[in-house]
Amino acid sequence: MAEKKIIDARGSFCPGPLMELIGAIKMVAIGDEIEVLSSDRGSANDIPEWLKKVGHEFLGSREEAGVWHIKLKRSK
Amino acid sequence: MESNKISIVVLSDKREQLQMAAMMASVGAVSGNEVLVFLSMNSLRYFVKGADEQAPCEGPVGELMAQKNVPPFKILFEQAVTLGEAKIHPCSMAMDVLAIEPEGLEDYIGEPMGLTLFLDESKGGQVWSF
Repeated sequence: MAEKKIIDARGSFCPGPLMELIGAIKMVAIGDEIEVLSSDRGSANDIPEWLKKVGHEFLGSREEAGVWHIKLKRSK
Repeated sequence: MESNKISIVVLSDKREQLQMAAMMASVGAVSGNEVLVFLSMNSLRYFVKGADEQAPCEGPVGELMAQKNVPPFKILFEQAVTLGEAKIHPCSMAMDVLAIEPEGLEDYIGEPMGLTLFLDESKGGQVWSF
């Protein structure tokens, strides 16, 4: 069964949230979902671009009280 | 995934320049690009093992970065290597001038490189200078 991991990168600036995600994505299984919490607007744009480039699945993003919740699935 | 070659020449000892170079190296490397970093001139001293000197700021953004939770440039360069397989080499001329031995640099820094090899390695790719 797929696991879900949350990365709390609030307070970190670009490219901190992306680098935290990359460190974490190597540790989860293919098919597992990750949700990145980021207060950095640039990362909210940059992470989906990175996912598209490297081939992981972007599941969506929403902003809530200044925190972006970016969801994705490890695809390979 | 499309792969490009990105070569980054780092000369400055200023915080903003070092930060931008490190951001390009780390994000470039983890995005599947072949990243080569060449450390020379005033940047090299920050990569000596145990160096804890803070890079001076050029302007207000550098000062704000120093106060906020911006990832330190040395951590980003290390992540470029460990997470993205970037190659970081010190300039052999700067090593000689500063009398630094290769084992005196941080472990993620490769062997000294001369300009001839750097120019050859960077051929056909993007070259950025900071």
